[in-house]
Amino acid sequence: MVAVKETVEQVKQLDVDQYKYGFTTDLEVDKAPKGLNEDIVRFISAKKGEPQWMLDWRLDAFRRWKTMDEPQWARVHYPKIDFNDSYYYAAPKKNAAPKTLDDVDPAILDTYKKLGIPLREQELLAGVQTSKVAVDAVFDSVSVVTTFKEELKKAGVIFCSISEAIKDHPELVKKYLGSVVPVTDNYYATLNCAVFTDGSFVYIPEGTRCPMELSTYFRINEKNTGQFERTLIIAEKGSYVSYLEGCTAPQRDENQLHAAVVELVALDDAEIKYSTVQNWYPGDAEGKGGIYNFVTKRGDCRGANSKISWTQVETGSAITWKYPSCILRGDNSRGEFYSIAVSNGYQQVDSGTKMIHLGKNTTSRIISKGISAGKSQNTYRGQVSAHRKATNARNFTNCDSLLIGETCGAHTVPYLESKNASAVFEHEATTSKISEDQLFYCRQRGLSAEEATALIVNGFVKDVLQQLPMEFAVEAQKLISISLEGSVG
Amino acid sequence: MSNITPLKTEAEQALIAQGATVASDRKEAFARFLEHGLPHRRVEAYHYTDLRALLKSAPPPAKAGGKITTTSPLADIDAHVLTVVDGRYDASLSGALPKGASVSASSALADDGSNEKGLLSADPVIALNAAFSDSVLDITIAAKAEIEKPILIRLVTTGAHASYPRVRLNVGDHAKAFIVESHEGAAAGSLIDSVLELRMGDHVTFDHLRLNLVDHAATVLTTFGGAMGKESLYRGHNFVVGGSLSRHQIFFRFEGEQSKAEISSACLLNAKQHADTTLVVDHAVPECQSREFFAHVLDHESTGVFQGKIIVRPGAQQTDGKMMSRAIVLEDGATMNNKPELEIFADDVACGHGATVGALDEDLLFYLRARGLPKAEAEALMLQAFVGEALEKIEHDAIRDTLEAHTEQWLKARSA
Repeated sequence: MVAVKETVEQVKQLDVDQYKYGFTTDLEVDKAPKGLNEDIVRFISAKKGEPQWMLDWRLDAFRRWKTMDEPQWARVHYPKIDFNDSYYYAAPKKNAAPKTLDDVDPAILDTYKKLGIPLREQELLAGVQTSKVAVDAVFDSVSVVTTFKEELKKAGVIFCSISEAIKDHPELVKKYLGSVVPVTDNYYATLNCAVFTDGSFVYIPEGTRCPMELSTYFRINEKNTGQFERTLIIAEKGSYVSYLEGCTAPQRDENQLHAAVVELVALDDAEIKYSTVQNWYPGDAEGKGGIYNFVTKRGDCRGANSKISWTQVETGSAITWKYPSCILRGDNSRGEFYSIAVSNGYQQVDSGTKMIHLGKNTTSRIISKGISAGKSQNTYRGQVSAHRKATNARNFTNCDSLLIGETCGAHTVPYLESKNASAVFEHEATTSKISEDQLFYCRQRGLSAEEATALIVNGFVKDVLQQLPMEFAVEAQKLISISLEGSVG
Repeated sequence: MSNITPLKTEAEQALIAQGATVASDRKEAFARFLEHGLPHRRVEAYHYTDLRALLKSAPPPAKAGGKITTTSPLADIDAHVLTVVDGRYDASLSGALPKGASVSASSALADDGSNEKGLLSADPVIALNAAFSDSVLDITIAAKAEIEKPILIRLVTTGAHASYPRVRLNVGDHAKAFIVESHEGAAAGSLIDSVLELRMGDHVTFDHLRLNLVDHAATVLTTFGGAMGKESLYRGHNFVVGGSLSRHQIFFRFEGEQSKAEISSACLLNAKQHADTTLVVDHAVPECQSREFFAHVLDHESTGVFQGKIIVRPGAQQTDGKMMSRAIVLEDGATMNNKPELEIFADDVACGHGATVGALDEDLLFYLRARGLPKAEAEALMLQAFVGEALEKIEHDAIRDTLEAHTEQWLKARSA
C-alpha cells in the first residue's frame, strides 16, 4: 500500500522548507572563547560560580572524554565534527541574573512570545479553564527565567535551573547527578558532563503530586554555539510529575551541536512522565545546516512499583541520535516509550529506546511510529533485555514505519535479549495485527476495508499523541491526521 | 572502536602461525583476515558471537588421508552421495550423479568475500576459508535437468583439526534439485569453516537442507551465499543440534523478479552450546517474496542468537518480506538474543518481522497435565510441536521423518 494523500500533505507541511522558528534574535552576548580545552571547562564553571567539587567533576569528565572515540554504529552520516570550532558558552549580556520577569531583556521575551511560550504567570481567567504550566526557559547556555517558582515551592516542589540547584541544593545534586547516566556512559554524555551550561532541575518530595505541568523550553540563538544542557528529575516515594520539553533554533547554514543529558530517578511508587516535542532546525531543502542532536536520556525506576513514561514527537534536527531508556530496577516497575518520528528533506534519524529489565515482574511497552519522506533516513533502534533475575519480565514492542516517496529509507533494528526463562518478549513490526473483530465491526457499518483500517490506525496514533499533555502539543496535533496506512515493519 | 590495540588471543596467534604456510595465491585472502583479526562484540555483525572470546584455540588444518568412522545421519535416505573429507572431495567415497548433474573438484582460488559482486560479504570467517581451503567442489545442475533424488553432500571432519570445505553450486534455468549439506563427525577441538555458494538461473526450483549434527564439542562456522534469477523458488532449511560454538551466515539475494524464497530453521541447544544464525536477505529487484521462520529451543545454559536482516533496495517495489523468530527459553541460565532488522528503501512494499521469546505456555502445559501426561512428556510434546512448525516446511517425507526422529531423541535425552 502507498501512503494516502492526506498523510502526504500533512507531512509536506512539516517539510524542512516550512520551518517556522528559524528567525534569530539580535542580542549582545557574553561568550567563552572559541574552542574546547580545560580552560573552557574552568571558564564555564567560573561563570556559573560553581563549587570546587563540581569543577573537579567536570575536569575529570573532560579528561576521560579526550580518551574516547566518537561512536560509529548509528545509521547516520555526517562530516567529522571539529569540536574546537564552536563556542561552548554564550549568554545574553543584559541582566545576567534576572530576579523577575520584568528584568529579562525584552528581546528575549519577544522571542518566546513569537515561539508561543507563555512566560508570564497568567492568572486563571474567570470562567475559562486553562491549566497552568511552569516554564524554565533556557536561552543558549543559560536559563533566563523559571516561572511559578513560588507556587511550586508551597507544594515543596523544587523547579529551577540546574545551576541554581548546584548552589542551593548541592546535597541532592551530588547524590543524583551522574547516577543514571555515568560520566563515561558514552562520548556525547561525557562531553556534556564537562561542558554542560544549564538545564532544569526538578525535585518532587515524598507523596506529592506536582500541582502543574513543568516544562523547559530550549532555544539555540547564537551562531556557532553548541548547546549542552543537563536535566535532572527526582521523584521521591509516591510522587508524580509530568514534564515536557520543547526546542527550536534559527535557520543557519552551519551545523550546530546539541548534546544533552537527561536523568530521571523514580523511587518507590513514583511516576515520571516525560514528553518531548523536538523541533530543532532541520537544515534546508538541500540538506545544508541544521542541528546535530546527540542526546542521552535515561530514566531509572529505582524503587518498587515506580513508572517512567517517555513520549516523543520528533520532527526537527538534521541528525537525531537519541534513545530515551528505562532501567527497570525496582520490582513491579514499568517503563513506557511512545514515539512518533517524522523525517523529511535530508534529515537522518536514528532513535529508539532501551528497556533494561532487572527487577521482578517488570513490564515495558514500546510504541514507535516512524514516517520518512523526501530524502531522509529514519531508523528505529531499540533494545529490550531481561537480566537473569528479571522473573516475569514482560515487554511488548510495536514499531511501524511509513515511507512517502521512493528516495527515503525506513529501517528497524530491534535487539531482544532474554536471560530469564519466565520473561516474555513480543516484538512486532507490521500493521497486520489490527484486530479482525474491530475491522469486522467497522465494515459492518459500511466502511471499506481501507477506511476501516485507517480509522483504527488513526485512533491508535491518537493514543500515542494523547500521551502528550495538551499544552505544547500544537505541533504534535498537526500529526494527528497522519494515517499509518501502508506501513511497513 | 577503542584506540587501545588489544593483544592477539591464543586462537589468533595460532592462526597467524598457520598463515605463514598458505600458498602464495592465497596470501591476499589471509591478509584480509589479518586486517581485523577475529571479530569481537564491538563488530556489529558479531555483537552476540564474540569469536575473540569464544574461540579458545585454532587447530591446524587437516592433513590428507583422514578416515571416516561415523555413518551419515541420513544413511537410510535414498540419495546421490558426495563425500568431502576434511574439506577435500573424495571421489572414491562418492557415487555417480544422474544425467544433468556433474561434479568436479579443483584447487581453484575461492571468493573471499571482498568482491562486491560476489555472493558473499566481506567477513573474516569467509576470508579464513578462502585462505586455507585447498579444494573446491563444483556441482553443476544443467538447464532443464530435474534431479529426482536428493544429492547428499557429506562434509565430514575426521578429528581434532580444522577443515575448510568449499562448495560451489550452479543451477541452470528450469532445473529442479534438492541438495543436503550435512556437516558430520568432528571431535572436541575441531574447527569447521565452510562456505557454500549457490547460483540459480531463472525458473528454478531448489531445495536446500543444511544439517549441523557434528560433535557437541566442535566449532562450526558455516556460510551460505545464494542468488537466484526470475520466477524461481528456493526453499532453505536448517537443522542445528551440534557444535559447542556454531555460527551460520546466510547471504541471499534476489536477482530476478517474481521469485520466492522460504528459509526456515530449527535449533535445539543444551548444556553450554552457543548457536548463531545471521541472515541477510537482499531484495535487489521488485516483486519478490521472502519468508523466514526461525525456531530456537534453549535448555540449560545454552545461548541462541538470531540476527536477520531484510534489505529492500531502492526500486524494489512490491516486495513482500516476512520474518519470524520464536524462541523458547527452558531454564534461567539460557539466553536468547534476537535482532530482526529491516532496511527499506522503497515505498510500495509489505515487510514485517516478529520476534518472541518466552517459556512454554503454562495454560497448555496445564491442559496436557490435566489429561494425565507427566510434566516431562507434556513439555516434550509441546516442544515437538514447536519445532515441527519449522520442520514441516521440508518437502521430502523421509528426510523430514528422520529429523523429527532426531528431535524426539533430543527431547528424550532431555527428560531422561
